[in-house]
Amino acid sequence: MPERARKIRVSCVLNGSASSFEAHPMARLLDVLREDLKLTGTKEGCGEGECGACSIEMDGVLVNSCLVPALQAQGAKIRTIEGVAIGESLHAVQQAFIAHGGAQCGICTPGMILAALNLLARHPEPDDAQIREGLSGNLCRCTGYMKIFESVVAAVRRAETGA
Amino acid sequence: METRVIGKSVPRKEGREKVTGRARYVDDLSFPGMLHGVTVRSPAARGRIRAVHFEGDIPWHEFTVVTAKDIPGKNCIALLIEDQPCLAAEFVSHPEEAVVLLAHHDKYLLEEARRSVRIEIEPLPGLFSIEDSLAQKEIIWGQDNIFKSFYVEKGDVDSAWARAEFVVEGTYETGAQEQLYIEPQGMIAQVNGAEGVTVWGSLQCPHYVHKALMILFGLPRERIRVVQAETGGGFGGKEEYPSMIAAHAALLARKSGRPVKIIYDRAEDMVATTKRHPSRTRHVTAVSRDGKLLAMDIDFTVDGGAYETLSPVVLSRGTIHAAGPYACANVRIRSRAVATNAPPHGAFRGFGAPQSVFALERHLDRVAEAVGIAPEELRRRNFIREGQTLAVGQVVKEKVDMNALLGRAFELSGYHAKRKQFAAENSDARGAIKKGIGFASFLHGAGFTGSGEEYLASEVAMEAMADGSVHILAGSTEMGQGTNTIFAQIAAEALRLDCEQIRIVQPDTAHVPNSGPTVASRTAMIVGKLVETAATKLLKTLRDSGFLREGYSAEDFSRACGEYITAHRELKSFVKYEHPRDLHWDDQKYSGDAYGAYAWAVYVAEVSVDMRTAEVRVNDFVAVQEVGRVINPVLAAGQIEGGVAQGIGFALYENVVWQEGRMVNAQMTNYVMPTSVDLPAIRVCFEEIPYGRGPAGAKGIGELPLDGTAPAIANAIAHATGVDVRAIPVTAETLLEMLEAVHA
Amino acid sequence: MRAYLPAYEMETPQDLAAALERLAAESGVWKPFAGGTDLMVLLEAGKLPHKKFLNIWNLEELRGIEVRTEHVTLGALTTYAEVQRNETLAREFPLLCRAAAATGSVATQNRGTLGGNIANASPAADSPPVLVVYDAEIEIVSAGGARWVHYASFHTEYKKMNLHAGELIRRIRLTRKHAGWKQYFRKVGTRRAQAISKICFAAAARMEAGRIADVRIAVGSVAPIVLHAVRVEESLRGQRPGDAVLQAAQDALSAEITPVDDMRSTARYRRQVARNLLGEFLEVLAG
Repeated sequence: MPERARKIRVSCVLNGSASSFEAHPMARLLDVLREDLKLTGTKEGCGEGECGACSIEMDGVLVNSCLVPALQAQGAKIRTIEGVAIGESLHAVQQAFIAHGGAQCGICTPGMILAALNLLARHPEPDDAQIREGLSGNLCRCTGYMKIFESVVAAVRRAETGA
Repeated sequence: METRVIGKSVPRKEGREKVTGRARYVDDLSFPGMLHGVTVRSPAARGRIRAVHFEGDIPWHEFTVVTAKDIPGKNCIALLIEDQPCLAAEFVSHPEEAVVLLAHHDKYLLEEARRSVRIEIEPLPGLFSIEDSLAQKEIIWGQDNIFKSFYVEKGDVDSAWARAEFVVEGTYETGAQEQLYIEPQGMIAQVNGAEGVTVWGSLQCPHYVHKALMILFGLPRERIRVVQAETGGGFGGKEEYPSMIAAHAALLARKSGRPVKIIYDRAEDMVATTKRHPSRTRHVTAVSRDGKLLAMDIDFTVDGGAYETLSPVVLSRGTIHAAGPYACANVRIRSRAVATNAPPHGAFRGFGAPQSVFALERHLDRVAEAVGIAPEELRRRNFIREGQTLAVGQVVKEKVDMNALLGRAFELSGYHAKRKQFAAENSDARGAIKKGIGFASFLHGAGFTGSGEEYLASEVAMEAMADGSVHILAGSTEMGQGTNTIFAQIAAEALRLDCEQIRIVQPDTAHVPNSGPTVASRTAMIVGKLVETAATKLLKTLRDSGFLREGYSAEDFSRACGEYITAHRELKSFVKYEHPRDLHWDDQKYSGDAYGAYAWAVYVAEVSVDMRTAEVRVNDFVAVQEVGRVINPVLAAGQIEGGVAQGIGFALYENVVWQEGRMVNAQMTNYVMPTSVDLPAIRVCFEEIPYGRGPAGAKGIGELPLDGTAPAIANAIAHATGVDVRAIPVTAETLLEMLEAVHA
Repeated sequence: MRAYLPAYEMETPQDLAAALERLAAESGVWKPFAGGTDLMVLLEAGKLPHKKFLNIWNLEELRGIEVRTEHVTLGALTTYAEVQRNETLAREFPLLCRAAAATGSVATQNRGTLGGNIANASPAADSPPVLVVYDAEIEIVSAGGARWVHYASFHTEYKKMNLHAGELIRRIRLTRKHAGWKQYFRKVGTRRAQAISKICFAAAARMEAGRIADVRIAVGSVAPIVLHAVRVEESLRGQRPGDAVLQAAQDALSAEITPVDDMRSTARYRRQVARNLLGEFLEVLAG
């Protein structure tokens, strides 16, 4: 039997609430979220930081949760897709993804929405190049991205008009 | 025609679950006591299995270990035939072929164990190219390495050569392409005495998996149950391979007595599962002085990999589409699928057509050049029209106007002006950027080929509930393309209800009838029509019962359902596909009505080529198509845009690097698909001519965009650089070499 | 996840001194772990042989960009995102910002660090050619003290570097002497975003009356380590950009680089494109 090291306890703020878990220090935050904390909205597409399906927000910046060791989540503020809607009330970006065809198979969608939110936090009124750049770490095989761009633009317009 | 919901972009039925992360994909499911399973694979491409060694510091007694000996029924993944083993027993025929299965509750220990199994193989020489397979350097399948061949003949090709002003020849190649759905494949299985075998998974065709498991386990129909979980993209990649993973998970579950989950990681998914068939096409074309196609002699070969799987069907579609939307009196198509020692190539959106259409549309630009006319002029002089006959002998009975599609595509793309402008700008020899514009015109048949739909005999059921909600029961799957939503629209339209009142029952072989596989651009047109018919029947029953008045409201409908069910217990309808009597197909001659309907299209690509790096960028893309009535414009445009994006990948980026039958760049870092900054604006335009036999006039759409994208880009690159592109993907490396040759 | 995870250990030292003490006490046992963008990929693939890591991500001593009269100093944990946001860097060291923007995705840029990139020693990394061009110096610290080395001589052969057990890269120093230099950066990757370089070319020159008074050129992915093209530089110094000068420089470059075929590109491609990019650089100088 191979040697086993001890697990550690990690405390963080997850989707606005204090949370703690036990994990191997180098366990992927992705696995901790999905398996230990049962937040399966964050997806795994490649396990190498390439596809962005596991994107979450950590201390205000976008990260690939497959590349974050559990230990580094200590004290962090984390937001996953489960923390985007308020109750049953969807965020404008989520509504726009439904209305404008931004989601097809849906597997990239949680990560894509986190990336879109992060983009809008940095550029509240992004131009086409900024949208493309901001989402370029999130691969989508279904849409060809056009409807995703339209969804982001629609969400911005919605925020502007307050509609 | 005035419609309620057809033609409207109603929101995706399962959209809310998807944007909130609540949609449950297979890896999101968990069962009490569940074990994880992994597959130990062949290190060699071809050879005899000498021994399997379980080594290392591993508590092997804790593991469930399955080999071919543990298979209760037949050791095969039943598809068209039963040649592919579920687990290799004596021989391996491709790298990464499954040999041993392991299960354990600890995922991490399981990986350590997987590394500690050593499969000892006595190697045999393998075949790794179409050429070597055809040359029969080894015989690895049947008598001649050929899975299937077709011969299509129209008119008399050989009589045409003498009359021809020009004879143009060329050979074209396309590479393997990975489907690259973002959700890797996975399955969970549970086996127990009472219920038999149940699997949940990411899949396109529940009834394919069902059939494979029946034969593998030797169990009757009712003891196998297949449930589709939310599926994160398929594109053909989850058509046949899920049967393999389901079989593996079920064997482990049977032996361990526990539920077993197998989820492939990206590397395993890429290295072990199917890809688009690599192809080679040779064209010899006879043309008159005025650019009429006198004869087309086409020789089309696809690399099927180590087992037959779906290769005959892929070859069939590729063969039928090889001569395109042109009226040529004399056509001969010879085609074959050959065996090599690579993992079997399989279904991928387009299904053989993108390969043969690439060859044809690239070739026709060369033909036009030989004749000395513009490429569009050559097409115009040969486009097929209503009443004319396609290569397989099918008389086109639909309204078709390829000229109009071409005109529209040229107008939207500014084709003529740009063609001139780029030619002038490119003549400056020192310019670092060359621009080009090119196009492809093509067709794609919807539904299964020939008598395929007749054999499938798809079924759909519908049930209304006492509260007035209407359930659609079908085996057709949602994997992002919009099945749920368009089915709801079709039913809602026929019943004069809103989409919210329609519910799609989760595909589960225990509860839904077999509406056939979700492939071949058949779901909207064929199954959608069955949904429409089922709705019409249901409505008639309700009307005839006297519970529902004319000009009813949604409330009236619900009340009537309640009253009917109180009186008659249930309100259901059931329909089965009936093949139109006027569609005839001869499987022996391979001729007749290949498809009930075709989608027709012209795509235009504009590219720039950086002459210093040979990098190609697609700057603009216009996709004009006629697909019958569009059921949901947002979803339909999404299908085309996504398909074009995959086509751009096929043309420029996606290069499988092979080493003795094994994909060596099996990471998303090294097998690159386009990101959001690599794609142009993709502009989609639908011309709508309602198709009488489609639901509300719809035809198929899903595969179409894969056919024309790559040749349009290749033709644009040729226009930009003068390089005679013969193979895709056009990587910067290959283009640089071609540019050097042109300028040498 | 293919690694046997329970075998891996990671600990977080209090501060830099504690980290260095730890590294010194158990020589070779612990390796530093920063943003994880390289190491976690290896872990996932089951290809991370080392098992014990010190988490240095929280060490404030390794963070921050400090602008002084002579130098700009960047903590080893400076992320690519931070590089792009810094105005002084954008003005005086634009190539570093461009390399940072060309590295990975938004998410990678938030976690990937300059120090980690240097220590990872990939010949295909995007910022090292720029660090060579700017003649960056790096400070290496250990429990025993600190030393400064020129980055250009830091890497010795493939994945080998002038860094001993117990040592840590603390910061990177750029001398503010490139104002007015003509600067050029081009990454040719497998695609336009989050791509791995097939070739990465960075160069800068100080022009005097149309002549190249001083020049620095470095190229990634054409040799086992980032190539400092000293012979090309020699051939260009004192010259006016022109066809003959270009030809000589290209020949020098061809002699200096040793590209290989791999799954991302070919030696032939890298060789030709390196020559072409040199040509593009000279056009920038002439223009």
